[in-house]
Amino acid sequence: MSELLSVRELEVEFPTDQGVARVLDRISLDIGHGEVVGLVGESGCGKTTLARTILGILPLGGGLVRGGEVHFKGRDLLREDPRVVNDEVRGRAITFIPQDPFSSFSPLFTVGAQIMDLMKWKSPRGRGEGRGWPPLLRGYPRRRRRADREAVLDILRAAQIPEPERALGRLPHEFSGGQRQRFMIAMALLPRPDLIIADEPTTALDVTIQAQILRLLRELVKERGVSVLFTTHDLGTAHEICDRVVVMYAGQEMESAPSDDFFHRPAHPYTRRLLESLPGADGEIRDIPGEVPSLVAPPPGCRFHPRCDFATAECRARRPEAHAVEGEHRVRCYHPLGAR
Amino acid sequence: MSTGAGTPLLEVADLAHYFPMRNAFGRRTGWLRAVDGVSLAVRSGETLGLVGESGCGKSTLGKTVMGIYTPTAGEIRFLGREIGRLRGRERRKVARDLQYVYQDPGASLDPRWKIKRSLHEPLQIHTTLSRAEREAEVQAILRAVGLPGAHLDLYPHELSGGQQRRVGLSRILTLRPRLIILDEPTSGLDVSVQASVLKLFRRLQETFALTYLFISHDLAVVRAMCQRVAVMYLGKIVELGEAARLFATPRHPYTQSLLAAVPRIGGPRVTQAFALEGEPPNPRDAPSGCRFRTRCPLARDLCAAEEPPLRPVGGGLVACHFA
Repeated sequence: MSELLSVRELEVEFPTDQGVARVLDRISLDIGHGEVVGLVGESGCGKTTLARTILGILPLGGGLVRGGEVHFKGRDLLREDPRVVNDEVRGRAITFIPQDPFSSFSPLFTVGAQIMDLMKWKSPRGRGEGRGWPPLLRGYPRRRRRADREAVLDILRAAQIPEPERALGRLPHEFSGGQRQRFMIAMALLPRPDLIIADEPTTALDVTIQAQILRLLRELVKERGVSVLFTTHDLGTAHEICDRVVVMYAGQEMESAPSDDFFHRPAHPYTRRLLESLPGADGEIRDIPGEVPSLVAPPPGCRFHPRCDFATAECRARRPEAHAVEGEHRVRCYHPLGAR
Repeated sequence: MSTGAGTPLLEVADLAHYFPMRNAFGRRTGWLRAVDGVSLAVRSGETLGLVGESGCGKSTLGKTVMGIYTPTAGEIRFLGREIGRLRGRERRKVARDLQYVYQDPGASLDPRWKIKRSLHEPLQIHTTLSRAEREAEVQAILRAVGLPGAHLDLYPHELSGGQQRRVGLSRILTLRPRLIILDEPTSGLDVSVQASVLKLFRRLQETFALTYLFISHDLAVVRAMCQRVAVMYLGKIVELGEAARLFATPRHPYTQSLLAAVPRIGGPRVTQAFALEGEPPNPRDAPSGCRFRTRCPLARDLCAAEEPPLRPVGGGLVACHFA
C-alpha cells in the first residue's frame, strides 16, 4: 500500500447532556506520501475531531472511539502502546499547526526557549536517547543542543523570519500574527515529520498575509516531501494549497477528489451546493435551505438527505458506500451528479 | 437597486479619530491615528462597502460615525445635520435613524430576558407607542426576518445561533432606522450560513428601504453586496468607486494587491503569482508621505516626500501619484 495514513470506518462519540453525539460516523480517509489533502466542511462537521483522533489527543472523558482503524506507516495508532505513540509518532512523525497563533505560545517565555524545549524532547537527533530515565532527570546534551540550535536557525531562515538569532530572544507578543504563524510552521517541520496536521492555520490572518503563509507552507512541505492534512472551512484556501480535497458533512465524508475535479466537476449534491453558496462575481447569492442536523439525533442513512434535492427512500435507509466516479475521484452518494 | 444619483444620507468630511498612547506612568507619549482625514458620502438606498485589513481603522470609522467615539477632527453630517458633537437627548434622537450591528447581533441579547422584552425595549426608550401598538410592530418585524411569533416567549438560549442572529437584527429594525452600519457581519461564518445571512440583509434592505455601510475584510462578500466600495489602508481611504469598476480595474497598487491575494476558485493559484511582501506597518509610526510606500512596488522618492491626495481618476477616487 502506498498510503502514508489510512483511516478506516472510524467512529467517534461524545457523551453530552442531550445524549450521545455521534460526531464521526464511519469515516474513511487516505493520505499519500507527499500529498497535501484538504479536509473541508462547515463548523461542527467533525474536521477537528478527526484531526485530534489521528493525533490521539481527544479530550479525556470526552471523545470515545467506538470503532475503526487509523493506520500510519504500517501500525494501527488506536491499538498501539500509548508510550510508543508518544515517543515515536505524536510530535515526531505527525506534527500539528494550530489555528490560533496568538494563544499557542506561552506569553511568559521567549520564543527561543519554547522552541528549544520542543527540540529537547522531539528533535530528530535525540531519538532513543536517555530511555529508561524519568523525564525530569533526562538532560539535554550540550552537543545535541548546539546541533539542534543550528537546525532551528536554518528552518527559521527558510520560514523567512528576519534576523533569526535575535528573534529567538524575543517574547511572543513582539511578533505579528503572520510572524507567529511562521514560527508555528517552522516548529511543525523541525522534528522532520512525515505528516503535518494543520487545523485552519490561516483563518485568523488577513488575505495578503494568508497568501504569503500559504505559499510558504506549500513550498516548505513540497521541498521536504511532507504530507499535510489541511482542515479549513474556506474553500478558496483549499483551492490554493491542496492536491486533493475531502468534504465532510455532519460527521460523514461525502466526496474525495483531486483538487481540479472537486472544484470543476463536483459529484456530490452537497459539494455542489457548497460551491454555489460562495458569493460569485454575478452578485447572485444562493444558500442551502434547511439547517445542519443535530449530531445527537442525526438523520439515518446519508445525513445530507433532508436538505438534498435528489433524496430517495434508499438515501434514508442506508448510507451509500464509496464508489469511484473517475480514477481517484470517489463519492458516497446513490445519485451522484453528472451520472444522469 | 439604488438610484445612481441618490442624495447623500450621511456625509463624512475630513474625519479623524486619534487614540492617545500612554506610557507606564499614564503620560501621553503620542497619538495612534486610527482614522486620519477620511471623507466619504453614503447615498440614500445604497450599500457602501468599506474594506481593508485588520487594524486599518474601518471599525473605528464606523464607531466614530455611530457616536461611540468622539471625532478628534472633522464633521459627520446625517441628513444635512452635523451630529459628531451632539450629546444627550439630541444625540439619542439620531440613534433612532442610525444603528450599528456588531459581528454577532445575537450575542448582544440579554440571556435572562425573553425575546419579547428584548424587542420591546428599544421601542419603549425611543417611542411613545402603546403596549398594543408595540406588540403589533414587534410581530411585524419578527415576520420580516423570518421567525415565527411563538418565539417571543423563548429565551435566547432556546434558539439556534442563526435564529439569535435574526432576533438581534429585528431588535435593531424595530426602530425603522435609515442607515445601518454592519461591522463584519459575516466573519467567522460558514459559506452556506453566510449566504443565508447575506440574502436576509438584501431582503430587509428592500422591505425597509435601508442604507448600509458594510464594513468587511472579505472582498468576495463586498463585491456581491455593495454598489460602491471604499478601500482603507492605515486610517486613510486609498481608493473609492463603483464596485464593478473597482473590482474590474483597480487603480491603487494596494487595491490591486489586495484583490490579487484573494484565492479564486478555478483561477490560477494566488500562491504562485502573488507578490506583495511584508506586513502593514504599525499605525503608531506610520510612514511619511504615502502610507503604502513601504510595501508598494511603484514607490519612488516622491511618495516619501508628499502625501498623495484622493483625486478623481477614471470615474473613481484614487490616492496615488502614479494612478
